[in-house]
Amino acid sequence: MALNTSRTDAAALHEKPEPFWLDPKKRAVLFQILVLGVVGLIAWYLISNTVANLQRQKIATGFDFLGKEAAFEIGESLIAYDASNTYARALVVGALNTVKVSFIGIVITVILGTFIGIARLSSNWLISRLAAAYIEFMQDIPVLIQLFFWYAIFYETLPSPRQALNPMHGVFLCNRGLIMPVPEFHPAYRYVFLAFVAACFLVWGLRRWARKRQDETGKTFPVFRVSLGLLVGLPLAVWMALGSPFSLNVPELRGFNFRGGTTLSPEFMALLLGLILYTAAFVAEVVRAGIQSVSKGQREAAMSLGLRPAQVLRLVILPQALRVIIPPLTSQMLNLTKNSSLAVAIGYPDFVSVANTTINQTGQSIEGVALIMVVYLFFSLSTSAFMNWYNKKVKLVER
Amino acid sequence: MKRIRIFVVLLAVLALALPANAGTLDEVKARGYLIAGVNGSVFGFSMPDEKGVWKGLDVDTARAIAAAVFGDANKIKFVPLTAVQRLPALQSKEIDVLCRNTTQTLTRETTNGLNFVHVNFYDGQGFMVPKKLGVKSAKELDGATVCVLPGTTTELNAADFFRKNNMQWKPVVIEQAAELNKAFFAGRCDVLTSDVSQLAGHRAVAPDPNEYVILPEVISKEPLAPVVRHGDDQWYDIVNWTVMALIQAEEFGITSQNVDEMLKSNDPEIQRFLGVTPGMGAALGLDEKWAYNIIKQVGNYGEIFERNVGPNTPLAMERGLNALWTQGGLMYAAPFR
Repeated sequence: MALNTSRTDAAALHEKPEPFWLDPKKRAVLFQILVLGVVGLIAWYLISNTVANLQRQKIATGFDFLGKEAAFEIGESLIAYDASNTYARALVVGALNTVKVSFIGIVITVILGTFIGIARLSSNWLISRLAAAYIEFMQDIPVLIQLFFWYAIFYETLPSPRQALNPMHGVFLCNRGLIMPVPEFHPAYRYVFLAFVAACFLVWGLRRWARKRQDETGKTFPVFRVSLGLLVGLPLAVWMALGSPFSLNVPELRGFNFRGGTTLSPEFMALLLGLILYTAAFVAEVVRAGIQSVSKGQREAAMSLGLRPAQVLRLVILPQALRVIIPPLTSQMLNLTKNSSLAVAIGYPDFVSVANTTINQTGQSIEGVALIMVVYLFFSLSTSAFMNWYNKKVKLVER
Repeated sequence: MKRIRIFVVLLAVLALALPANAGTLDEVKARGYLIAGVNGSVFGFSMPDEKGVWKGLDVDTARAIAAAVFGDANKIKFVPLTAVQRLPALQSKEIDVLCRNTTQTLTRETTNGLNFVHVNFYDGQGFMVPKKLGVKSAKELDGATVCVLPGTTTELNAADFFRKNNMQWKPVVIEQAAELNKAFFAGRCDVLTSDVSQLAGHRAVAPDPNEYVILPEVISKEPLAPVVRHGDDQWYDIVNWTVMALIQAEEFGITSQNVDEMLKSNDPEIQRFLGVTPGMGAALGLDEKWAYNIIKQVGNYGEIFERNVGPNTPLAMERGLNALWTQGGLMYAAPFR
């Protein structure tokens, strides 16, 4: 307060307005305008040159190519696709393949990483050293090398389709991948699915009710067992009520390859395996750090209250560990998604692979690279958004 | 590998963002050597030998350009490129010329902003299968798994072929030719499809070449030619007439062995060709001895063919379409006058 007064006095004494470059606020605004202007100029320079050069070399620009026929085939696809579809659909196929490998990869990685992280802290000497060795080993080998390794294992060691391993009826393992039977679709499955969704809602309601009752009366309710019963029982009951329709689409060897069933390609399995084993090592360290960040006193206090070990972990340790775990875990999930673009090296048709082919067939690299950036940005931002929401939810509520 | 590829594409984007400058010939001369994009993993076309010396038909074509520009076929740097990298690398001036078994197509010459010069190898797409599959014709490939390079005309032709014949197939697409071949020879695919010349090259370096057979069907036309960028006509002329000079020399009967004697020839056409009568070199902006240097240091088209892919090499290819027009082939150079 005193300082402000003296400044005002000083200004009044001079009776001259301060030149604007002596005012830190105005100066900051000026600098920002300058920086913005320079960035804008550079951007304008680059863009105008690019456009001029593209015109001079008569290279096509724009996104018109998306509507043209792609004319190339893609090895595996979650949606119907053939060479007569458009580039736009081909790119969607690639994006879905990236989502497929990333989503399955993230789920398994988090589970595996958590187990290894907990094993790392085990009081059992052998288990903890094995976990430590795994973490060191996997973290230190570049993931691309691991992908090459797993891919080579798949095609070098497995037999050809005609000598395929047949561990059980309808399941084949060969250098074309893992071929399994799938249930044929039946209209009744739609109702089974609806029953499952209904069961999910029931479980949600049950949990709320059980918690409320416990808060009011102190009585506990076996929520887990009843929920499991609901989730399995309700769809099962509907399925049986509809006459339990079931038939398998069993693969069989015809000509060169297996027809029918579903195939997990060596490319997909090698990519998934490589990404999971590599990223799980990092997740394990994140989980270990999170658990170690909870002070020992917390566990001792919880045990002395008479909580069971599982309850100690679930009610006391994990809520506190999660706020340390989740931010770095999110970045590991993003890493896995981004590393999935290494798929091109081993021939899995992910988004980058399809976009690369598109770039090459159309010659429009700027548009192609822009699409790649936008798609990965979208994947990353949506993962972050979900994890931030979850982080907010599990964060300690401070009173 | 991914890094390199993304790096090349980024460079392409960056280079497009830089202002245009002098012609390619001036740039090459100022630099002191030519930068040629090649395949790097097709035996007989472009591959370093065990001593690290680049060998092959495409490599020799590129050396001929260096000989024409500098009078020295060794003033050249080779950049191995994948099929996906090759066109952006040329568009972005990473390389001066692309000699990488690249098929001339309409879209590449228009929307990709490139120009193909005279063809240096007439090829067609074929299929290679292991003998033990017992396949005799490409029409029997229904349901096959096919190894194919991405970003090639091959990839599109294969899709067309299977669609046309109403057959199912599954592509396995790997960007690095070496990785793709390894997967094929290990049995990941039933079929490897590519230009017939490349199939022969890959088979020559296979673990057991006799176990593989190239099917009789040739399903496409693949005129393979060196490529330059749009917008530099002088450079286009130099590369184009270098290829023509290789063909014309064979037609004249000029070889690396007899080129010095040919200087004394009293045939006015040969005198113009070898620069004894000046004019042709100046018209291209090159030394009058440009064609002499090419033939002296690299040889004529026939010599290049015999040395790299001919009957006495592991590829054992016949001239076929690549014979001179006087011998029933398609190799035909425009007049040097």
